[in-house]
Amino acid sequence: MILLPCPWCGLRDSEEFGYVGEPRGRPNPLTTTTEQWRDYLYLRRNAAGWTTERWYHRMGCRRYLLVERDTTTNVVRPAGQVAPEPEP
Amino acid sequence: MSERLSRQPGEVIDRAASLTFDWNGRTFPAYVGDTIASALAACGVRVFSRSFKYHRPRGLLTASYLDPGCMVQVGDEPNVRGAHRLVESGMDVRSQDTWPSLALDVKAANELARRALPPGFYYKTFMSPGRLWPAYERVLERFAHGGVLGSGPASAGREVRYDKRHAHPDVLVAGGGPAGMAAAVAAAQAGSSVLLVEEEHELGGHLRWGDPLDLAALRELREQVDATPAIEVLTDSVVLGRYDGNLVSVVQRGLPDIDERLVKARAKTLVVASGLIERPYVFAGNDVPGVMLSTAVRRLVNLYAVRPGERAVVLTANAEGDAAAADLERVGVEVVRVDARQGGDIVSVHGRSRVRSVELGDGRTLGCDLVVTATGWTAAVSLLTMAGDVPRYDPRAARFRPDPSLRSPDVLATGGVVGDGTLDELVAHADAVGREAARRAASAPAGPLPELATRAHPELVRGRTHGIVDFSEDVSSKDLFAAVAEGYDSAELAKRYTTATMGPVQGKLETVNVVAIVAEATGRTIAETGTTTWRPPYAPVTLGALAGREREPVRRSPLQSWHERQGAVPLVAGAWIRPEHYGDPAGEARNVREGVGVIDVTPIGKLDLRGPDVTRLLNLVYVNKWSKLEVGRVRYGVMCGEDGVVIDDGVTARLGDEHFLMTTTSTGEAAVWTWLESWLQTEHPEWQLHVTPVTTSYASMNVAGPRSRELLALVVDDVAVESEAFPYMHVRTGRVAGVDGCVLMRIGFTGELSFELHVPAGYGLHVWQTLLERGRDLGVRPFGVEAQRILRLEKGHLIVGQDTDGLTGAYGAGLDGLVRLDKGDAAGLPELRWQHETRDGTRLVGLQTTQESLVPVEGSQLVDHDGLICGRVTSSRLSPALGRSVCLGQVEARFAEPGTRVTVRLLDGGTTTAVVTEHLAQVDPEGRRLRG
Repeated sequence: MILLPCPWCGLRDSEEFGYVGEPRGRPNPLTTTTEQWRDYLYLRRNAAGWTTERWYHRMGCRRYLLVERDTTTNVVRPAGQVAPEPEP
Repeated sequence: MSERLSRQPGEVIDRAASLTFDWNGRTFPAYVGDTIASALAACGVRVFSRSFKYHRPRGLLTASYLDPGCMVQVGDEPNVRGAHRLVESGMDVRSQDTWPSLALDVKAANELARRALPPGFYYKTFMSPGRLWPAYERVLERFAHGGVLGSGPASAGREVRYDKRHAHPDVLVAGGGPAGMAAAVAAAQAGSSVLLVEEEHELGGHLRWGDPLDLAALRELREQVDATPAIEVLTDSVVLGRYDGNLVSVVQRGLPDIDERLVKARAKTLVVASGLIERPYVFAGNDVPGVMLSTAVRRLVNLYAVRPGERAVVLTANAEGDAAAADLERVGVEVVRVDARQGGDIVSVHGRSRVRSVELGDGRTLGCDLVVTATGWTAAVSLLTMAGDVPRYDPRAARFRPDPSLRSPDVLATGGVVGDGTLDELVAHADAVGREAARRAASAPAGPLPELATRAHPELVRGRTHGIVDFSEDVSSKDLFAAVAEGYDSAELAKRYTTATMGPVQGKLETVNVVAIVAEATGRTIAETGTTTWRPPYAPVTLGALAGREREPVRRSPLQSWHERQGAVPLVAGAWIRPEHYGDPAGEARNVREGVGVIDVTPIGKLDLRGPDVTRLLNLVYVNKWSKLEVGRVRYGVMCGEDGVVIDDGVTARLGDEHFLMTTTSTGEAAVWTWLESWLQTEHPEWQLHVTPVTTSYASMNVAGPRSRELLALVVDDVAVESEAFPYMHVRTGRVAGVDGCVLMRIGFTGELSFELHVPAGYGLHVWQTLLERGRDLGVRPFGVEAQRILRLEKGHLIVGQDTDGLTGAYGAGLDGLVRLDKGDAAGLPELRWQHETRDGTRLVGLQTTQESLVPVEGSQLVDHDGLICGRVTSSRLSPALGRSVCLGQVEARFAEPGTRVTVRLLDGGTTTAVVTEHLAQVDPEGRRLRG
């Protein structure tokens, strides 16, 4: 239901997008440990508050994009426009 | 006996247009404009339904959409709101869930057993033993409430149609009473486009059943709305819910050709002008037909010119009650006023299928046939709470009122839901809110909003006796006291335990009464008890309207019409319609093994890859190595996710130095494209390559069988097809049947010598027909997907998603020879490494049943000696080439050695034995036919 700011197409309904999630650093596959890799595969921060999320505009420009979303209010803004809040 | 009055100033019936309709098999007169309920009430009908649990006779309570006593069956449409639905000529209306008749309902015996049906009765009685539940269910469903659904959409010659619409108003106004109309006009005059949504058949709210001054104001407001082109009015329409970003869903009814339409409106500002709902009063006998709310009386008299009774007792605590009494006196009803503001009260009503008498608080008992209550209001806050509002109880006004502090700033409220006032005060407030809504819709910063005060109102919920609280679910105040005594002492718990507020009215009439009675039973205040949560949908909506019209896209190859002309049996495969077979799948398969066949494989996903970095991408997404693939070669590849699970497979051909054609499974094309793009856009934006989907640019066909080379030679002129010139797993481009720009791959999913042709889609049918004509002497025949499945299973080629599942890794899929762990980065590489080390999980194996002709159904369980499940059959067919069954299966690694015997559980409860075969392929495991 929320509207997402696509840098190419403008404000569009989230139904047009696929949700990817918070970008995670991909461990080096040649040196990673089981624990690191499984963390990367399965563990999510699930933060209450501002998160940076990747979405895929699958019914639009087919670009992956980043937005910031407050998971408690669903307020969304383009990524990178506000300095990140310090982790508590 | 006619209860129809002489002409009333605000009546909505058309006395010049009379009609007849049927009620429980008897014919009744009505006027156009009547609701089902008003027409029946005008004919003296008092009982409309039987109650949910005790099957007590029920009459009109609110005479509005919400009326819990007036749900009826109309033709094959159940649960029609009889006090809202307009009557039509010849309508077949019946009472619901009464047997044998409304007047004599045997299930009323429930009431004798009332003491045996306490709250939670179903939960307590029918819980155990669980195995008896199907038997309980059969008995209970006969006692369930509700009408009978027609056998299909076209039953009784009636085609049910649904529709969906997207709207983008600047301002959406929910509620078309005086405040809603004024807010809409103000917002439109300030430059906004406005969608004004009203539940009733006409705009006007309570003005419609008001006095001559109200009617004059109504005319003026309607004229203003009509004169404002920026307002679109939807009547007989209800806002169902408000979601993030002010997405507002509306169900629109009563359209000429469509049963229901779902409007999805993205409003910049939402104005909630939902008004007030009159609350019933709780006392013994408050559900006897003839006990009704003051607004019901005013509707019946003023809108439909119906006299609701002859001798009335009116319990009034407010102006609406006073006005109802005045209305009744004006039309000749004998009225006794009981003023609750002066301490007057009703103790109980006597009567069963109609009111006989009423016992008052002062000890008097009066004979009467109509008891009217006007004891308070509930603000219709549902939509506001969906926008974050947490209503607070205002004891002075005796109702919950919205609190904008937590509400989203793009949602405003006006009218009765906010406060009280004269009509002028309400309209002035709505005017200011409408202008502010327009400002906020134009992205102006939020400005101040005016206040709307409330009037004092006595807090009246329950008299000195127990009565019905939830009329839909037959829950009494006594039941709520019992629930509290059993420990369900919060409103949310008591609600779930007793099912109060969970019936068709969904709490709109009774929630505040439930809260107040739980408060009384627990000794807390109403404010301390708090209200329950409101969720969408606000009003009932059919699943058909939510689903809308069927708009599922279907993909068809350019050859599909040809297949249909040949009588091909269609198969829905993902988004595609394909030929499953042309009548004889086994014969089609044999023809491929012995001669030559052609199959339409257009749905195979095709991605055109160009750029200097394509091999880097291929190395990353496939489990095997791609660096050394030469121009003119084709290679099979399998893709795994980062979790090492097989996600897709296919062949990729190198057409030029920097030009590749990748093929994917028929249903995997979109997912593979997305997967490639995710690597290119997020992990390796520095790589230079483009991915272009070309699936539908080509018509694809596979020419398969020992004579396929002979056939191909007849239709190509610039491609050498001899074995040495065009070896297995090579690709060529050239002219086929005179068509330039074709891609030819020598590959073999069927296990036979075969060539896959990708030809420009517009020439697909031409090439296909040329192949069939030129190959007639070779015995060429088309074959369908089923023959292809048989052939590939004989050859042991896996299908991703059928022979693998969401846990099957590359090694589990039997791809040991394909995976390369020494090639640098690759998707899922660490998992592949660990799969290689541990070798746990199941493995894909070939299986041969010892009873040769027995084909276990796909999905049959494999069990070990102890009867524990150790795998399953993933594919099974009768092989025309071998004359016996061939299977693939996933089995635990300890049973994967060739020669191992496993037990197969059959559908009929029996078992058989299967032996793990030496190879996945049971026909030509050496691949001589392929490479020939």
